[in-house]
Amino acid sequence: MKPPPFKYLAPDSLEQALELMAQYGGEAKPLAGGQSLIPAMNFRVAQPAVLVDLNRITGLEYIKTAEDGSLAMGAMTRQRDLEFDPQVAERVPLLHECMPHVAHPQIRNRGTLGGSLAHADPAAELPVVAVAASARIRAQGSRGERWIEAEQFFQGMFTTALEPGELLVEVVFPPAEPGIGWSFLEVSRRRGDYAMLGIAASLSLNAQGVCSAARLVFMNAGDGPIEARQAAAGLSGQQPGPEAFEQAAAAAQQEIDPLGNVHATVAYQRHLATVLTRRALAIAAERARGNGNLPAAGAA
Amino acid sequence: MENHQLSLVVNGQPAEGQVEPRLLLSDFLRHELGLTGTHVGCEHGVCGACTVQFDGQPVRSCLMLAVQANGHEVLTVEGLADSREQLHPLQQAFWEAHGLQCGFCTPGFLMTLVPFLAENPDPSEREIREAISGNLCRCTGYQNIVTAVRLAADRLRAI
Repeated sequence: MKPPPFKYLAPDSLEQALELMAQYGGEAKPLAGGQSLIPAMNFRVAQPAVLVDLNRITGLEYIKTAEDGSLAMGAMTRQRDLEFDPQVAERVPLLHECMPHVAHPQIRNRGTLGGSLAHADPAAELPVVAVAASARIRAQGSRGERWIEAEQFFQGMFTTALEPGELLVEVVFPPAEPGIGWSFLEVSRRRGDYAMLGIAASLSLNAQGVCSAARLVFMNAGDGPIEARQAAAGLSGQQPGPEAFEQAAAAAQQEIDPLGNVHATVAYQRHLATVLTRRALAIAAERARGNGNLPAAGAA
Repeated sequence: MENHQLSLVVNGQPAEGQVEPRLLLSDFLRHELGLTGTHVGCEHGVCGACTVQFDGQPVRSCLMLAVQANGHEVLTVEGLADSREQLHPLQQAFWEAHGLQCGFCTPGFLMTLVPFLAENPDPSEREIREAISGNLCRCTGYQNIVTAVRLAADRLRAI
């Protein structure tokens, strides 16, 4: 047997799950797709006394477009479903674009949206995209529910704003504004490996084709999704192009705080940040021009 | 820890078990049901050798608990071919194209690729390489695996 012994509970409803989480407190761990928790248990790094399996609960697996154009997704929605859902591709293209980079197809068949966010691995794609796309997270506890902005949700390595006993139940991505372009890029040794560095970028152009806002959120560049705010702010009012993007890239690589690992030194991660920022902004600008009443490609 | 009653369908046949919750699906298949075709390599989701189909989709059986399979359907490499005398077209292609040497990783590749070819009957080489990115092979260098998949794809489309 790989994992140490634990008590296994598989409630049928969210209410039951919340009761069990409250009853067992810090002893209990919720089990979503299990693609990070089970390996940690196999290594005995994680040794929860109680496992509350959320897989028997119906009603936490959905992708729904709301009237205002935002996209609501249940926490137990499988990553493979996000990858192929046409609403995701249309409404949250950044999320759609990152999905093939999330581990391997076999992992995405089990892995869930909520599980990946709640796990809060700094090297994971979904937290970075949730921050860059300003997702809101609905958490439910035995005493009620609350909404948490993705930016506030991630609080450090494997640490979130969830209180003990609270479960992440839904993620809502707001509709993309006109004039916004996006890009997700990462560099990994092999397809599906943890990336050495990644970026989720968005760039907004105004009616004159000038940069009006930008977000640059980095993956595996610190203890969570790392946003380069100053680099992004510096783009405002600039003509989109190689010069502005080069400046932003130079600023961004200084703002991040990569830790280095066996595959990439800190210096190499900073180099990747420079290159990926430049490339991501160029792609985002191109898409922004195609998304709204803006000058056609090549005009700027 | 109390045991859990488990009842599922494996390779089209009903199967039962009394399992500790911490028993992995991979170990249940191998040790309780004797289906040792599902190989166990890294046991943390990296190598892909333990890939089985869970309700028709490839998953890592080392990253699931056996109790989670209660009421579900599992297909292992033993259930791939229609009979003991005949290989599945993909198995046949692996054999002919030398898509294996030691064979340890092969069941995982097969269980990953059969649903892939059902979804994408005429894949490009790049698509094939992406599809097998979650399966490690230390013998072949992957070249003959890709060749085998192309061969099987051509044959399966002709059926």
